[in-house]
Amino acid sequence: MKARIGYIAANTFREAVRDRVLYNLIAFALLLSGAAILVGQISIDIERLVVVNLGLTAVSLFGIVIAIFIGIGLVSKEIEKRTLYTVLSRPVRRWEFIIGKFFGLAGTLVVNTFFMAIGVFAALLYVTHKFSVSDAFILVALYFIVLEFLIICSLALLFSSFSSPLLSAVFAFSLFVIGSFADDLRGFATLTHGLTRWIATAAAYLVPNFSTLNVISAVAHQQSIGAQLIVQNTLYALFYTAVALSGAVLIFERRNLK
Amino acid sequence: MTAIEIRGLEKIYTVGFLRKKPRQALFPLHLSIEDGEIFGFLGPNGAGKTTTLKLLMGLVFPTSGTARILGREWTDPEIKAQIGFLPEQPYFYDYLTAHELLDYYGQLSGVPAKQRKQRIEEVLVHVGLTDVKGVQLRKFSKGMLQRAGIAQAILHDPKVIFFDEPMSGLDPVGRREVRDLMEQLKQEGKTVFFSTHILSDAEALCDRVAIIYKGELRGVGAVADLTSTVQGKVDLVWQGTQVPASIKALGAECHVTGETVRAVIQENQQDAAIDALRRERLRLISLTPVRTSLEQYFVEKTQKADSTAGAAV
Repeated sequence: MKARIGYIAANTFREAVRDRVLYNLIAFALLLSGAAILVGQISIDIERLVVVNLGLTAVSLFGIVIAIFIGIGLVSKEIEKRTLYTVLSRPVRRWEFIIGKFFGLAGTLVVNTFFMAIGVFAALLYVTHKFSVSDAFILVALYFIVLEFLIICSLALLFSSFSSPLLSAVFAFSLFVIGSFADDLRGFATLTHGLTRWIATAAAYLVPNFSTLNVISAVAHQQSIGAQLIVQNTLYALFYTAVALSGAVLIFERRNLK
Repeated sequence: MTAIEIRGLEKIYTVGFLRKKPRQALFPLHLSIEDGEIFGFLGPNGAGKTTTLKLLMGLVFPTSGTARILGREWTDPEIKAQIGFLPEQPYFYDYLTAHELLDYYGQLSGVPAKQRKQRIEEVLVHVGLTDVKGVQLRKFSKGMLQRAGIAQAILHDPKVIFFDEPMSGLDPVGRREVRDLMEQLKQEGKTVFFSTHILSDAEALCDRVAIIYKGELRGVGAVADLTSTVQGKVDLVWQGTQVPASIKALGAECHVTGETVRAVIQENQQDAAIDALRRERLRLISLTPVRTSLEQYFVEKTQKADSTAGAAV
């Protein structure tokens, strides 16, 4: 069982690599080196702030684009191209296929983030000439970004298990945008009354809370991140991912592959 | 022993968005396929062949009915380790090479790593895919993809193999090779279930066939039985360019082709015809009873269905 999930994950990772997904690293490297050189020339005392802000935001955006655009095709493309037929006619359970696909995409994003993180630290070293203790929190911000990717991957898979790639992209991207303002949505819910309050509160807690996972600005300003937030965000991301993946499995288990 | 037992498998799809209508893709199907048989599942396009195979592979869920493969429920995932499947017009992960593809499928089928490498080389030779090392499947021709498809279906040495239109996309040489491969699988004791609309392939290969039309089973039996309806006539072929008057007098339908003459006569007149050829010193090449071909049987079964439906309207 574990082995089959691993084989499917490894094949998904190989597909991403062969489809030149990791080429985005070149664009990322160009963007960051250009920014580092420019910032080094025009900024006074805020080089670190700009590089960390720009670098981490780019890591997040690049990853989210990859998570959405690969994630939405993970199941639907296999059905459309009928590659799934020769997989599911083997001793592979449908849930194993979904979980394997998830780990394959998550693995791709982790590797991608790892190389981007090296780029961020290299740019930071270029503009500041040395690392400080507070730079360690950049690793926490990167960890939260990876948690964000896990949620996006599971949501993209969920949508991919029942709708077309275009609709899945729209749903996943909308949830990402709404989820980025989840704290505001929760604040808005407290200002309303009656049925509207119920609906707004339900919506606020149903959408993924990406606000809490975004500590880029705090890290750029050399603020520390508490251990409690790390544990809380880890549990939240794992729970949300597990629920979305369970939904994807439940739908896919019942789907006729016409 | 029964290799595949289908008991009333039925599939009704719902079509339409607002006004949903049921569409019967497969009427309750009952079939038994014996161990070691080559079984042909015949029908025109859209008859329900692929739906049946998808149901057996667990790709679509039946509205009702069950099936057993090698004595176990067809939904049991473990039974799939003993099943091979070639889908119609297969499409594979085109970023992989044939070796990588087969390695992946071998992993999923539980073929041990030590055996996998050797087995991959064997099946690639078996299907005539040599010199493809390092070539991605996106560079394969349609015929090569079909061969890769057959290779993945037999890779894990399954006991029962399902082929959906296995000859599709192959040139005459390729078709012949696939026929030989199926014969070989039968000799190895495998059960082969294959769907086709090419009747000559079925006639040449199958122990038994079933005919499906508009989702309904129209006939099933041994090819020899279905084609054994002697029509009381014999087919007489001799060397020559002319038809002797004594044979014409028997009321024969004659055709001259190059240096041979073919005549169809009543069975009870065959001795008289042979005597006539002896008298004329003409060399007899063959004398065979006229049988109903599988094609005639097929057309009869499907046209009968259409005329019944027409009469009902």
